[in-house]
Amino acid sequence: MDLTIAILVTVVGASTPILIAALGELVVERSGVLNLGVEGMMLLGAIAGFVVQFHTGNHYLALICGAAAGMAASLIFGFLTLSLSANQTATGLALTIFGTGFSALAGASYSARPVTLMSPIFPELAAHPVLRVIFGYSFPAYFAIFMVFAIWFFLKRTRAGLILRAVGENDLSAHSIGYSVVKVRYFAVMFGGAMAGIAGACFPLTLTPQWAEGMTAGRGWIAVALVVFASWRPFRLLGGAYLFGLVMTMELYAKAGGGPLSAIPSELWAALPYIATIVVLVLISLRRDASTNAPACLGKPFMPSN
Amino acid sequence: MTLSRRGFIKVGGAAMTLPLLGGTAFGQAEKLKIGFIYVGSINDNGYNYAHNQGRLYVEENLGDAVETVFVENVPEGPDCERVVRELAQQGCKLIFATSFGFGDSVIKVAPEFPDVAFEHATGYMKADNVGLYNARFYEGRAVCGVIAGHMSQTAKAGYIGSFPIPEVVMGINSFVLAARQVNPEFTITPVYISTWNDPAKEADAARAMIDQGIDIIAQHTDGPAALQVAADRGIVGGFGQGADMSAFAPDTQLTAIIDHWGPHYLASAKAVLEGTWAPGDTWEGLKEDVVQMGPYHSKVPADVVTAAEAMRTGQIDGSVHIFTGPINDHTGTERVAAGVTMTDAELLSMDWYVEGVIPPA
Repeated sequence: MDLTIAILVTVVGASTPILIAALGELVVERSGVLNLGVEGMMLLGAIAGFVVQFHTGNHYLALICGAAAGMAASLIFGFLTLSLSANQTATGLALTIFGTGFSALAGASYSARPVTLMSPIFPELAAHPVLRVIFGYSFPAYFAIFMVFAIWFFLKRTRAGLILRAVGENDLSAHSIGYSVVKVRYFAVMFGGAMAGIAGACFPLTLTPQWAEGMTAGRGWIAVALVVFASWRPFRLLGGAYLFGLVMTMELYAKAGGGPLSAIPSELWAALPYIATIVVLVLISLRRDASTNAPACLGKPFMPSN
Repeated sequence: MTLSRRGFIKVGGAAMTLPLLGGTAFGQAEKLKIGFIYVGSINDNGYNYAHNQGRLYVEENLGDAVETVFVENVPEGPDCERVVRELAQQGCKLIFATSFGFGDSVIKVAPEFPDVAFEHATGYMKADNVGLYNARFYEGRAVCGVIAGHMSQTAKAGYIGSFPIPEVVMGINSFVLAARQVNPEFTITPVYISTWNDPAKEADAARAMIDQGIDIIAQHTDGPAALQVAADRGIVGGFGQGADMSAFAPDTQLTAIIDHWGPHYLASAKAVLEGTWAPGDTWEGLKEDVVQMGPYHSKVPADVVTAAEAMRTGQIDGSVHIFTGPINDHTGTERVAAGVTMTDAELLSMDWYVEGVIPPA
């Protein structure tokens, strides 16, 4: 029982940044834009969050600055792909490479400088042996779950969400009835950047209180894959993020515990989330249900005059 | 469809992430230009940091006679080949490839540049112009093992490994052999995380082990993440790896194994300058000062410090070799007879665990 709780606590920690980044990317993709720069924006958020926390000691300010850094980077992406109609795939990859390099440069003088982890919101309950599984986390874990509901509500129940989805499904129609496709997508891209920045800042603030180059170690890519896994739905994303986190964490617990699960080779553990993604994609394609498919305009530049 | 495209893009993107060229450039022909290739960042506070300190040591000692260049974050694999070739083409006459996985690339490129001296760290493949150098990190592991054996309450330690290569296996075995000399009940479960640098995964691995009853942690990855988790959870302690990591966990690091490559790099550079360089195969340790121990934490009791120091000085004067039989493997079968010491070749190809290690799948 104690071990189960301990595992779940670690799972939530590992899943939270992936969930936050993926939620941002989900909104971006629902508006019809594919931003593959998540990993780079996360690293920029991580270094910004780290530097601010190091100098001010304020975790919340650090999260805000992480969000700002991610948003600033997403504006570069937005300018190139939305205003100049550059190829989204290539620009996104360039953003990741830029974020990796720039964060390393900015963080060069911050190695060997530890910071402190964010404290749990409910310190008394966080010490409780059982209740800590629900109340034992710092702000980002709750923020991530709140955002799942908020984004679901936004997309399904608000006019603005409907417009955003319309832009993603059929940009020309949305344009022809008077909505500014580019403006809507700018907002979506900036939101995605802010979420990726917060997700990145979670690494030095909630997981390992240090700066290390490339410390997100590919989780931005997992977030991108997760959006596909979740077929662009917020609640499936919640489940998917925790499932990915569970698999990543169970691998380590199984190996450390030496139980029957430890007989599973680590290569298989590492492949499991992706096998699950493929299985989900196959299931989706079997359903022939148009509503589960990708936004129709995903990745296509908006060029009304042509 | 979408996913496979993304998967492809991801691989392509990773390959495109060019390592940053750094270092100094003066461009005077008569200087000896030395190239260093690091698998991670020089700011990792661990393994790569230590190699870079070695580079700076050479610069300090030889001053204007040398010029050094380094490339960091070079992936182990085909990309390394390109980096090795580039350094040789830039005029480096001495190139240090500082990670095990660079071996294939060095062996492949070296024949193209017969006038360049290559040295590969922790490897096993030599050639006419490829030498090997290594450090006896296991000697430091043995000192840590003595401390762990004395101080662990649960007689269980965690050990985070990168990959199950002989270098790592040897370190685990040394640690356990030393700990079991103190406490025969001592066991270790190594967890391999398939990366040298993923702090969040290292931290989660540490959490997984601490949640399952270990109270001392050691790691063979490049950063201090595990030590920070140990500090956060308040277990007995852990060990710095590669460099003194006490800044990250001032109350938790019991001691540290410090890689001190400087003297070796200096000797090689001097040999090339004097024209006496030959492909060597050196394996130096505590005695040659290539491996150093960090300060003992004040919470390590005096008698434990004495025992650890006995292990350290014993290895320096040659009276102690941790891999001296009888040694049983993890199934209890005797692998090394009483009084026999394993040869260096046997150690460098070690692929079995000693008794007390619960082997990973």
